[in-house]
Amino acid sequence: MNDSALGQLALDFAVLSLLAVGGAISVLPEMHRSVVEIHGWMSATQFAELFALAQAAPGPNVLVVSLIGWQVAGLAGALVATAAMCVPSCVLTFAVAGMWRRFRDAPWRSAIQLGLAPVTVGLTLASAYLITRSADHSVMAFVITGLTALAVMTTRIHPLWLIGAAGLMGIAGLV
Amino acid sequence: MSQVPATHAPSLGELFAGFMQTSLSGFGGVLPWARRMLVEKRRWLTPEEFTDVLGLCQFLPGPNIVNVSVAVGARFHGARGALVAFAGLMSAPFVLVLALGALYTQYGHMPAVEALLRGISAAAAGLLVAMGLRMASSRQLRSLLALFAVITFVGIAVLRLPLIAVLLGVAPLSVAAAWWRRA
Repeated sequence: MNDSALGQLALDFAVLSLLAVGGAISVLPEMHRSVVEIHGWMSATQFAELFALAQAAPGPNVLVVSLIGWQVAGLAGALVATAAMCVPSCVLTFAVAGMWRRFRDAPWRSAIQLGLAPVTVGLTLASAYLITRSADHSVMAFVITGLTALAVMTTRIHPLWLIGAAGLMGIAGLV
Repeated sequence: MSQVPATHAPSLGELFAGFMQTSLSGFGGVLPWARRMLVEKRRWLTPEEFTDVLGLCQFLPGPNIVNVSVAVGARFHGARGALVAFAGLMSAPFVLVLALGALYTQYGHMPAVEALLRGISAAAAGLLVAMGLRMASSRQLRSLLALFAVITFVGIAVLRLPLIAVLLGVAPLSVAAAWWRRA
């Protein structure tokens, strides 16, 4: 059973690697569909918790994939999911990087870049919506989400302080 | 290549160390720190070269900063450089995040830890909301193109359509609109 889960993880994330327009965050809803809704490997709440852990640690956003893999199949799952998410797009980048300068000023290039920008924004907002719905189960949780977003957008406070403060509020039984 | 060479071409060891240091200083995404490391501190790339690399890596699918590590590594040391830069970027945070994962597996079911997680999950969701709203307020979106952001959001978040369907449906139209707008 574990082997088939690993195979499924590898396949799902390898496809997502090439669909991740704008980065790993863009495909969070699709990861959620796969690991929560289709395969039932974890609950929506656990998915949101793993996302939060990845945000609380330093490193690239893609590491949420490692944690999802960990939750599904331990160390092997983490390695397989991370590799599957990175290798296809890395190979593509490696292949294209050398010829990229030739296309730098091509009109189609700037059209694609400009055209993909709103898609990326829509995907990121959809991820935010989905994670918020999975994470927040009380009025206070929504308040924390709102205040955190506000603080990040209007101040230069380090996000780790906000995560820490919210964690303390959780321990105090307020969330 | 006719471009002005970067001030300093890194060795493999420097590639590894540079990307590791960058990855460990970035919370909630590493990309903003990459410019500081690559252009300002270590001077591997000129600002123009960085803009080029970033353009490529945002253009291609996949985790952006991971693509940056591959492109920069490859630029200086080919396939070996790409592998070393990637390993530098991923190895330390990967170990750290798995340590958190192990604690989560071990203690995640304790009531106090569940309460803690409820708090940090709510805050982490807020970080993502802020990221989305910031991107949405970018100048490029103050046009008809914003419509495609809305359609994408509705398709994924509200209608829960598969990503591939939304991408195939929206991206060509959005790119066509961008093309038409610039012509």
